[in-house]
Amino acid sequence: MTVSYEAALGRYEPVFGLETHVELGTRTKMFCGCGTTFGAEPNSQTCPVCLGLPGSLPVVNRVAIEFAIKIGLALNCSIASWCRFARKNYFYPDMPKNFQISQYDEPLCVDGYLDVAVGGKTVRVGIERVHLEEDTGKSLHVGGATGRIHGAEYSLVDYNRAGIPLVEIVTRPVPGTGFLAPEVARAYVTELRDVLRTLGVSDVRMEEGSLRCDVNTSLSARGSSVWGTRTETKNVNSLRSVERAIRSEVARQAEVLDDGGRVIQETRHFHEDTGVTTSGRSKEEAQDYRYFPEPDLVPVAPAEEWVKSIAASLPELPSARRARLIEAWSLSELEFEALRNAGALDVVEATIAHGASPADARKWWLGELARRANDAGIDVSELPITPAQVARVAELVAAGTLNDRLARQVIDGVLDEEGTPDEVVAARGLAVVSDDSALLGAIDEAIAANPDVVARIRSGKVQAAGVLVGSVMKATGGKADAARVRELIMERLA
Amino acid sequence: MDELITMTAAELSAAMAAGEVSAAEVTTAHLDRIAAVDDKVRAFLHVAADEALAQAREVDSKRQAGEPLGPLAGVPVAVKDLFTTLGMPTTCGSKILEGWRPPYESTITRRLRDAGAVLIGKTNMDEFAMGSSTENSGFGASHNPWDLDKVPGGSSGGSAAAVAAYEAPLALGTDTGGSIRQPAAVCGIVGTKPTYGGSSRYGVVAFASSLDTPGPFGRTVLDAALLHEAMSGHDPMDSTSIDAPVPPVVEAARHGDVAGLRIGVVTEFSGDGYQPGVMARFTEAVELLESLGAKVTEISCPHFKYALPAYYLIAPSEASSNLARFDGMRYGLRAGTGSAEEVMALTRAAGFGAEVKRRIILGTYALSSGYYDAYYGKAQQVRTLIIRDFDAAFGQVDVLVSPVTPTTAFPLGERADDPMAMYLADLCTIPTDLAGNAAISVPCGLADEDGLPAGLQVMAPPLADDRLYRVAAAVEAALEQRWGHPLLAEAKGLTAK
Repeated sequence: MTVSYEAALGRYEPVFGLETHVELGTRTKMFCGCGTTFGAEPNSQTCPVCLGLPGSLPVVNRVAIEFAIKIGLALNCSIASWCRFARKNYFYPDMPKNFQISQYDEPLCVDGYLDVAVGGKTVRVGIERVHLEEDTGKSLHVGGATGRIHGAEYSLVDYNRAGIPLVEIVTRPVPGTGFLAPEVARAYVTELRDVLRTLGVSDVRMEEGSLRCDVNTSLSARGSSVWGTRTETKNVNSLRSVERAIRSEVARQAEVLDDGGRVIQETRHFHEDTGVTTSGRSKEEAQDYRYFPEPDLVPVAPAEEWVKSIAASLPELPSARRARLIEAWSLSELEFEALRNAGALDVVEATIAHGASPADARKWWLGELARRANDAGIDVSELPITPAQVARVAELVAAGTLNDRLARQVIDGVLDEEGTPDEVVAARGLAVVSDDSALLGAIDEAIAANPDVVARIRSGKVQAAGVLVGSVMKATGGKADAARVRELIMERLA
Repeated sequence: MDELITMTAAELSAAMAAGEVSAAEVTTAHLDRIAAVDDKVRAFLHVAADEALAQAREVDSKRQAGEPLGPLAGVPVAVKDLFTTLGMPTTCGSKILEGWRPPYESTITRRLRDAGAVLIGKTNMDEFAMGSSTENSGFGASHNPWDLDKVPGGSSGGSAAAVAAYEAPLALGTDTGGSIRQPAAVCGIVGTKPTYGGSSRYGVVAFASSLDTPGPFGRTVLDAALLHEAMSGHDPMDSTSIDAPVPPVVEAARHGDVAGLRIGVVTEFSGDGYQPGVMARFTEAVELLESLGAKVTEISCPHFKYALPAYYLIAPSEASSNLARFDGMRYGLRAGTGSAEEVMALTRAAGFGAEVKRRIILGTYALSSGYYDAYYGKAQQVRTLIIRDFDAAFGQVDVLVSPVTPTTAFPLGERADDPMAMYLADLCTIPTDLAGNAAISVPCGLADEDGLPAGLQVMAPPLADDRLYRVAAAVEAALEQRWGHPLLAEAKGLTAK
């Protein structure tokens, strides 16, 4: 890559758009009663309908419609009062009917938006449409170098995934984000994922393919209002890849344009390992999908009352929650983002609900506990400690029963499943020594052993007392309250 | 035994209920008949002799045990070979599905089995129901029992021929553009296209999803009604199935009465191309209805003349998509050993016949980007106009009548290489399919020119299927009285005895 992303941004303005496919977490498939468990024995969750056997017919899963409406409402879309499914026709072995039941010119949800925050700034991403469709089966191409069908010795197809309900969420093109384009795209997918998770409509696991992104990128010359030809990058399977794919495509297209070339409208594949995209199908050889209304299904006409009752049942959405928590916890936007990016919002909120102060809850979850989770390679919420337990630890510290060092040991104990914080304190004998008489012996020893320090303190260098405090803390195995020790030393030397 | 095969389903049912004959004897008589004549008629692609006898014996033992049995218990039914059936192959008359044994049962055959009907075998058809003569079958044509050199109509020609040849008292067919009514007419029997959505399509291999309608064949109006009632009703597995009570067709068939009924004669269905003998019998039937107290008027349906071209855009478009799944990947024929793409192409080239390929190409073209609006889109607009014609007509009359098909049975081979001539056989039946309402074909006599049967078509609004039977039963009774015997007694291609 001879043109860097930074250099490209000097001459061109990127415009991006995203098409996100989300597998809905319905118990059964889109058009039949088969199960949807991820990772089941290949072809064990199939029936005549999702295998597309001759004579079989689809029946729409009402829950999938409800989930799609929830998504549409959460993304501020209008919900169609009447819409239809359409057939998208093309031949591929993992598609049992050689057509996919999708929606074409009559999507269920249209014209919405999602606000995303990047670096303290809010960008409104327009949502063009949200529509429902069925997933295809999954091919495993065996032999051959690329893992793709060309050059493979043979291919195996698992139809468990065929017929799983998908929603496709299509943004409008997003111009004007300049240098931040990759970050905005990533923030959009992150925010969308949070919305979907909050709605409970999908497990949104990019690594399992339940959330998949295609990224459209084009460049326009700086100062020009004419958008360039876009490419569609597929196989973008992580948040980081969303960012990298756009950076890579911006740099590549800039190089093409710099050389006087023309960007070709085509599908490109993103490679996680190298971070670059390579050419797939071009528009010239693109398929004609011959869409037409699916005659095996009747139109979907969600009653207004139903849509209203779904709207009324929506949980608090991430944007509303953000505003509420920033206010309640007196956070800056950046502090909030740090919490959200750490995946700690729920646990912090629960810890506060159990009595901890916002500052304490954030301190423990973003500090000590985040470090432990990171070491273990798990989410902070997956640690074997409850928000109530963390609140109790904070309470013990506030009451002076524990100091921070002891509190960390209590947390160790809880994480090692030794019991509740109080049980760990008792079992390990970790309470701060609060009996002054028990400390005075150690203080006198420290004073006797450090005459030079004592002299400096008496000459006015009060900060030298730290040495004596340290010495006492060491002698008491860290169980003393350091502030109280300091007070006692100063009284002794007064 | 011979008299068993000439009995109607209603008569057989009564005889079995009275203990005069067993279901096993009834089934054996029909299996014997098939063995005796089907090498000439070639109505069946598969005869399930052992399974049929086992079903019959089960009915007999249930009857002996005093279990309640429905009217079709022990009555043999022949099944068009595009209903999926357990224990029998389902080929759709196509080499591409030769030997395929579906792992599931269609809703309708399941209902019939549950009602104790004996599924005696699978009948021949034009490949994927595309045709009007059964000559497009991948396994050879069927023959008309009236004249073995003539076609039995199509696409449900095997079912119609089986009933007309006394190989089964009842048969299942499907009607997409006339595929029940036209073979019923040229074989001199009764056939009904129910209201679209009145009979389940689950397990009926699709030709054109928005048109395909399963329906019954019988030698009498009452028999057709008995099967119609048994096969119908809401099916949650078919989204286009109507959730409404089955119209009282059996009741209507028992009480043929047209006094005061308003009947409209469709003026568009006459003139050039209509065989004089067919028109003569049709006109007589209308006069007969008038003499029975019906009020007959002429009704113009100006858009019906566009029905045929609209149909030949809509049906092939849907078919091009429905038939995409036959690619050699999962079931049926597989040709070639190379890449997936190559196997798909070779399988489809080898497995589909010429007419199927013609329609797939036609439909693919009509749906393609840039042509959709001019072809598929325009055809759907015509469809709306045809529905409006029907709505306007049914504002004035209770039923419409016309000939079923412009001619009597034509010679085998005559139209095989002339698709346009073949398509004209469905001229009068297609509007009903496009509109989704109901129609019946009932025999109205023999054409003078060739002594072959002609049919009267009666059309009713959606879910008014009972009106069809009311009119058909009146015509049937009056004509039988005039002739002194059922029309089929005159069939000369085969003798019943």
